[in-house]
Amino acid sequence: MDIIDIIKPENLVYKKPDLLNDNDMHYCPGCSHGVVHKLVAEVIDEMGLTDKAVGISPVGCAVFIYNYIDIDWQEAAHGRAPALASAIKRLWPSRLVFTYQGDGDLACIGTAETIHALNRGENITIIFINNAIYGMTGGQMAPTTLMGMATATCPTGRQVELHGYPLKMTEIAAQLEGTAYVTRQSVHTVGAIRKAKRAIKKAFENSMNGAGSNLVEIVSTCSAGWKMTPVEANKWMVENMFPYYPLGDLKDKSKELNK
Amino acid sequence: MAKEEVVLMKGNEAIAHAAIRYGVDGYFGYPITPQSEVLETLTEIQPWNTTGMVVLQAESEVAAINMVYGGAGTGKKVMTSSSSPGISLKQEGISYIAGAELPCLIVNVMRGGPGLGTIQPSQADYFQTVKGGGHGDYRLITLAPASVQEMADFVGLGFELAFKYRNPVMMLADGVVGQMMEKLVLPAQQERLTDEEVVARCPWASTGKTKDRKPNIITSLELQPNIMEQKNISFQEKYKIIEQAEVRYEELFCEDAELIIVAFGAMARISQKAIEMAREEGIKVGLIRPITLWPFPTQIISDYANKVKGFLSVELNAGQMVEDVRLAVNGRVKVEHFGRLGGIVPDPDEIVEALKEHFI
Repeated sequence: MDIIDIIKPENLVYKKPDLLNDNDMHYCPGCSHGVVHKLVAEVIDEMGLTDKAVGISPVGCAVFIYNYIDIDWQEAAHGRAPALASAIKRLWPSRLVFTYQGDGDLACIGTAETIHALNRGENITIIFINNAIYGMTGGQMAPTTLMGMATATCPTGRQVELHGYPLKMTEIAAQLEGTAYVTRQSVHTVGAIRKAKRAIKKAFENSMNGAGSNLVEIVSTCSAGWKMTPVEANKWMVENMFPYYPLGDLKDKSKELNK
Repeated sequence: MAKEEVVLMKGNEAIAHAAIRYGVDGYFGYPITPQSEVLETLTEIQPWNTTGMVVLQAESEVAAINMVYGGAGTGKKVMTSSSSPGISLKQEGISYIAGAELPCLIVNVMRGGPGLGTIQPSQADYFQTVKGGGHGDYRLITLAPASVQEMADFVGLGFELAFKYRNPVMMLADGVVGQMMEKLVLPAQQERLTDEEVVARCPWASTGKTKDRKPNIITSLELQPNIMEQKNISFQEKYKIIEQAEVRYEELFCEDAELIIVAFGAMARISQKAIEMAREEGIKVGLIRPITLWPFPTQIISDYANKVKGFLSVELNAGQMVEDVRLAVNGRVKVEHFGRLGGIVPDPDEIVEALKEHFI
């Protein structure tokens, strides 16, 4: 069979979500952002929430997410996305309001905004890309950088005496009364991508149902920052990141209610 | 629905009542003396039960101004208030709001600084407000209330100007006007705009992309320097229009004046008494009270520089507005400054003494 015979509409089993436009992404090869962007676009599309969605982009590599997903966006100052989202959701309760933030944005400079928005139980979703490094500024140490991991600002590796411990923000979020759903996912395999998509969908549903605040951490790769090939980065993530940041649901109020 | 009514209250309380009555959609604040009554009054009245206004005590001034940034980006009428140290914390957010060209109202009930300073009144944030504050080339339309009535009126005027120019407006009040009680007329209750009206009024707002338009992106970021320069040029063009159209000031006893006091806020009120006392002694003094500190009433001061012997800038600071008076006068006559610092408010006779010392 010729290729022309195969690529017919009736044979279509998968397509790029409509909300993801054709702009060239600026992300490096092997970066997790592209996959997570696709999942966000798919879920908004499938839930029919395009005209209700307001996303808040961070300062970090995903600052330009608004160039790729065709919904309304606001670009926050570094770390402040949950504050913007809190106000927008309260002023527009019918909207789907979510932030998309990296580890430096969410777990370092925006720690206060993150914890207080989650603790107030704002009906928002925070999508948290944790790649343990500052990608955009050139690979400096993040709050989530692992012990011993070398970065541009801890070139001999992170040490407790100098830098303290990697911060587990998602574990903190799970303890807050205001959170409805707190989960840690990844997008390194097809199976993981499917689970991550279900997690984003559940978080968005909670946001629309007034169930409380939601945090979806995606343990991610930064092959450029980690100075690895995409394949090496995935392997390194599984071997090093997952033991410290184990995957799975940390809190799901809907399940607790069903018990 | 509340009708227009005459009441007696503090300036800070007047801001809260005015915010509700002018149909403000959201207030986001953090407690700090001497302006905590704004948040306290709002949470006592609970406007979320009547007009639907959102009131939220934020975790910090930083969060509060970023809530305002978020709300303003959706086209709603949103505001915050604070006092000097808190306003310093808000500067990052104010710069973003100016850069994204969003309308909002920020109130600063100034206290003495620098640092934690004092909780007593001051006007030492003049430079911060009219010369910059945050990073980048931007301007804040700055209203300086001198009475409790103006604390209420300028909530309405502030939002009118903010939406007219898509620019943040600062109400630069001092601790005296915030804390003193006066009679004022509160306006009748205005209805808040419906969501549909907000979308119609602000087609640029990020409220959810409908099929008939492209995504609305609220941002101050532009990495292409040629486009960023054009953005800056368009800001400067807007600021020029504001400078031409929105200068506001009050002029008292200037017709026969040989000397003119320039003072804003509480110092304009105290200067008025000083002018009465000076005139009893035969010193012909007038008052120019800038109501907008930016745009500054440069022209009227320049005009009087051809008629009077000198100007005294009376401020609760070490000499900030006096620089703008000097620029307007441009060396033609003597310009002096009188101020008290650290939260001390002068008596009128101190101002009369300063007039005599410098000009008689």
